[in-house]
Amino acid sequence: MTTLLNVKDLRAYYGQVQALHGLSFSLNEGSLTTLLGANGAGKTTTLRAICNMVRSTGAVEFEGKPLNNRATENIVRFGIAHVPQGRGTFTNMTVEENLQLGAITRKDNSGIVSDIERMYAHFPVLKQRHTQQAGTLSGGEQQMLAVARALMLRPRLMLLDEPSFGLAPLVVRDLFGILGKINREDKVTILVVEQNAQLALELADQAYVIETGRIVMSGNAKDIAKNEDIRKSYLGY
Amino acid sequence: MSAAEEVVAEGHEAVEAVPKRAMTLGTGTSLVVVVLLLIVPLFTKNFIIFQMTMLLIYGLAVLALNILTGGSGQFSLGQSAFYAIGAYISAVLMEQFNVNYALTLPISGVLCFGVGFLFGKPALRLSGVYLALATFALATAMPQLLKLNFLEQWTGGVQGLVVTKPDAPFGLKMSQDMWLYYFTLAVTLAIYIFSVNLLRSRSGRAFMAIRDNEIAASAMGVDVALYKTLAFGISAGITGVAGGLGAIAVQFVAPDSYTITLAISLFLGMVVGGVGWLPGSFVGAAFIIFVPNIAESISKGLSGAVFGVLLFLVIFLVPHGARQIAIVGQQLIGKLRKT
Amino acid sequence: MELFTNQILAGIATGAIYACMALAVVMIYQAIDHLNFAQGEMAMFATFISWQLMQWGVPYWGAFVITLVLSFLGGIAIERILFKPLAKAPILTNVAGFIALFAIINSCAGLIWDFTIKQYPTPFGSAPFLGSQLISTHQAGMIGVTLLLLIGLFFFFQYTRIGLAMRAAAALPESARLVGINTSWMIALGWGMASAIGAIAGMLIAPVVFLEPNMMGGVLIYGFAAAVLGGLTSPFGAVIGGFLMGIFENLAGTYIPGVGNELKLPIALALIISVLVVKPAGLFGRHIVKRV
Repeated sequence: MTTLLNVKDLRAYYGQVQALHGLSFSLNEGSLTTLLGANGAGKTTTLRAICNMVRSTGAVEFEGKPLNNRATENIVRFGIAHVPQGRGTFTNMTVEENLQLGAITRKDNSGIVSDIERMYAHFPVLKQRHTQQAGTLSGGEQQMLAVARALMLRPRLMLLDEPSFGLAPLVVRDLFGILGKINREDKVTILVVEQNAQLALELADQAYVIETGRIVMSGNAKDIAKNEDIRKSYLGY
Repeated sequence: MSAAEEVVAEGHEAVEAVPKRAMTLGTGTSLVVVVLLLIVPLFTKNFIIFQMTMLLIYGLAVLALNILTGGSGQFSLGQSAFYAIGAYISAVLMEQFNVNYALTLPISGVLCFGVGFLFGKPALRLSGVYLALATFALATAMPQLLKLNFLEQWTGGVQGLVVTKPDAPFGLKMSQDMWLYYFTLAVTLAIYIFSVNLLRSRSGRAFMAIRDNEIAASAMGVDVALYKTLAFGISAGITGVAGGLGAIAVQFVAPDSYTITLAISLFLGMVVGGVGWLPGSFVGAAFIIFVPNIAESISKGLSGAVFGVLLFLVIFLVPHGARQIAIVGQQLIGKLRKT
Repeated sequence: MELFTNQILAGIATGAIYACMALAVVMIYQAIDHLNFAQGEMAMFATFISWQLMQWGVPYWGAFVITLVLSFLGGIAIERILFKPLAKAPILTNVAGFIALFAIINSCAGLIWDFTIKQYPTPFGSAPFLGSQLISTHQAGMIGVTLLLLIGLFFFFQYTRIGLAMRAAAALPESARLVGINTSWMIALGWGMASAIGAIAGMLIAPVVFLEPNMMGGVLIYGFAAAVLGGLTSPFGAVIGGFLMGIFENLAGTYIPGVGNELKLPIALALIISVLVVKPAGLFGRHIVKRV
C-alpha cells in the first residue's frame, strides 16, 4: 500500500503558544483514518497545519512532494479538500454556487456540470434547495453541502474537521455512512477529526489519538475500540 | 514577524479586542509624563505653550473617539459636530451671557452628552459603514446649521464669534497662555482619570463586551441599547468639553472651523495613537497637529502628498499605532528585568 | 405639477452621475468589504490622464480606452504596493491608508495640472435630449453607459467563474482559500476593476462638473450614499440609489424652504439614514441570513 500523506515532526504555533509538539503520522492511499482527542488536544491545528493555515515547522509530504511553504490555495490544487470547523459554508450564496466554488480550480466544465448532478444524487436534499441561500439550510444540510463542496474538487484526500459537531445523532449516522461510501466507491482517502470517538472508530480503519499536541496512540481502529484502557483514559466512553 | 506584532496581530475584527489593562499606562510612566507636562511650560515660549494646550485639547477629542470606537466598537466620523457644539456653547455663554469660562465647560459637556445620547438612539440600528455615513451626515450638516439665520443673533452667523482669553485668577503672575495651559491640563487629567476608571468599571466591561461580541453581550444580560447610546453620549460629552476649551484657546469660533476635515483628523489621530489605547490619543493628537506643519515645511506645493506619504510610513511601520511601540517597549523592559 | 415632473427629470440627470460612481463603490466593496475614500481621487486622476492624452492629440475614444487600461493597471498597482502590506493590519488602519492616498493623489494632481477648472469634451454632444431642456444628450448617454456597465457587472458576478471567485473571496476569505481561490489576487483584481469603473465615471462626469482636482469630492459622497441606500451588495441597488439621490436632492432643494445649496447634502443624507433605520441592508441589499 502506498503512502499518500506523510507528516513528520509537525510543530505548530499560535503567536508564542506552541500547539503541536512534533506530530508524526502517515495516511495510506484509500484509507479512512480518524484523529481523536479531547478539546484542545490539537486536532484542528493538525489539519490547519497540513494546509499551511497556521505557522508550523516540520515536514508535510503529499505523494512525496513537500507541502510546506506553499500557500493554502495552492495546496488545494494537489487535490486536498479541507472541510474546516464550522463548515466554511458561503452562507450568502446559493447551494449551487457553493458547489461550483468547490470546483473552482477545475477546468473541465462538462465534468463540473455532471459532478453537480452526482452530488444532487448523493444528497437529494441539496437538489431541492439548490437555489436557496446556503445560510438558510439546517446544520445537517450545511454539513452535507460542505462535504459535497469538498467532493466537487474530485479530491485525492479529504480532511474533515469535526463533521458531527452540533448535529443530531441520526444525522451523524447518515453522514458517516455517506463518508464510508465515498471512501469505498470514489477511492477518496479521508482523514476525519472527531470528538465522537465511538462513532469515528466504527467508521475508520486507522486511528490516531492525540493529547496536548502529541500522538499518544495509534493503530487499527478496531483494536483501539476494543482496548478498554485506551477508551477509558483517552476517549472517555 | 516580531513578537510584538504577534501579540497584536491575532484579531481581524473591525476593532481589535484590547484587554482593559492594556488600555492605560503603568503608574511609573504616568507620573513621569505628568511631571514633564507640569514642568516643560516653565521653560518654553508662549507659542509652544499654546501648541501644547492645543495638543491636550485635541488629545481629549481623540480620547473621546477612542472611548467610542476602542471601547464600544462604534465608529464615528461625526466628532467634529460635537466639538463644534461644545465650542459654540462655551463661546456663546461667555460672550453673550457673560458666564465664567470655567463654568461653561461642564455645561458644554452635559449638553453634548445629551445630543450624543439622542443621536445614539437612531444610530443604534446602524453599524460599520452605515454608522460612518450617519455620523458623516451629522458632520457635514453642522457647519450649515451653525450658519442658519435665526441663530445668527447668538452665533454671529458666518462671521463667527471672538472669544476673550481669560486672565490668570487670584492675581497669579502668569501669562494668559500659561494659565490656560495649566487650566487645560487640569481638565485633561480629570477627564483622563475618569475615562480610565470608566473603562475599568462595570460600564467599561459592558462596552468592551459589546465591542467584542454584541450577541454574546446581550445574552449575558448587558443592556446593549443603553450602553451603546451611553458610549455615544460620554464620547460626545468629552468632545464637547474639548470643543469648549478649544474655543477659549483659539479665541474664535466660526462654522467653517468645524468641518468634516476636523472629524477626519481626529479619526487619524486615533489610528496613529492606537485604537483602544487611551494614552495613544495624545500621541495621535501630536501627529495631527504637527505633521501637517512638517509636511508644509518640506514642500509647499506638495504638502498634501508629503502628509499622505508620512501617514503611510507610520501605518506601515506601526499598523497598530503608538500602542505597538508601547508594547515593544514593555517587552524590552521585561526582558531587561529578567536578565 | 409640471415643476414637480421637471425636477424629477433633472434629478434623474444628476442621479446618473451618482449612479455611475456608486457602481464603482459597490465594486470595491464587493472586493475588499469596505469603502475606499480615495476612489473619487483615483477617478479624478484618471480623468486628467485622459484629458492630457487628448491634449496630445489622441482622439476621444482612443484616450478613453487607454485611460481604462491604465486605470485598471494602476488600481492593481496601488493595491499591490500600498494595501497588500496592510492586509493584516486592522481595518481602521486601512481606512487611514485610504485617507493618505486621497491626500497624495489630490496634491499631485494639483501640482501637475493645477487647480484651474478645465473644459472636458463629451462624446454624446450636449443638445437637448428628445426636445427636453432638462436632459441633454450627454446626460442621456451617461444613463445609457451606466446601465450598460450595470448589465456587464451583473453578468460578470453571476455567470463567470472569476466573478463567483471574487464574491467568495470577499465573503469568506479563509473558506475561499480552502477551495483554491487566490484571495489576495482577487482583491487586486477588484481594485483594478473598481479603478476602471471609477475612471469611466470620472470621464462621464467631467463634462458636467468641469475638470479640476477637487471635482470628485462631492460626487464621491453622493456615490457612497447612493451605494449605501441601494444596498452595498447590489450593483442594481446602487444604480437605483444613485437616481433616487439625484431626485431627493433636487426635490429637497425646490420644495423645502431655506434649504439652498448648502443643506441639500445633509438633508439627502438624513433621508438615507431614515431609510437605513427601517431597512438596515439598504433598499436592495441582500439581507445576510446568519445562524448564531
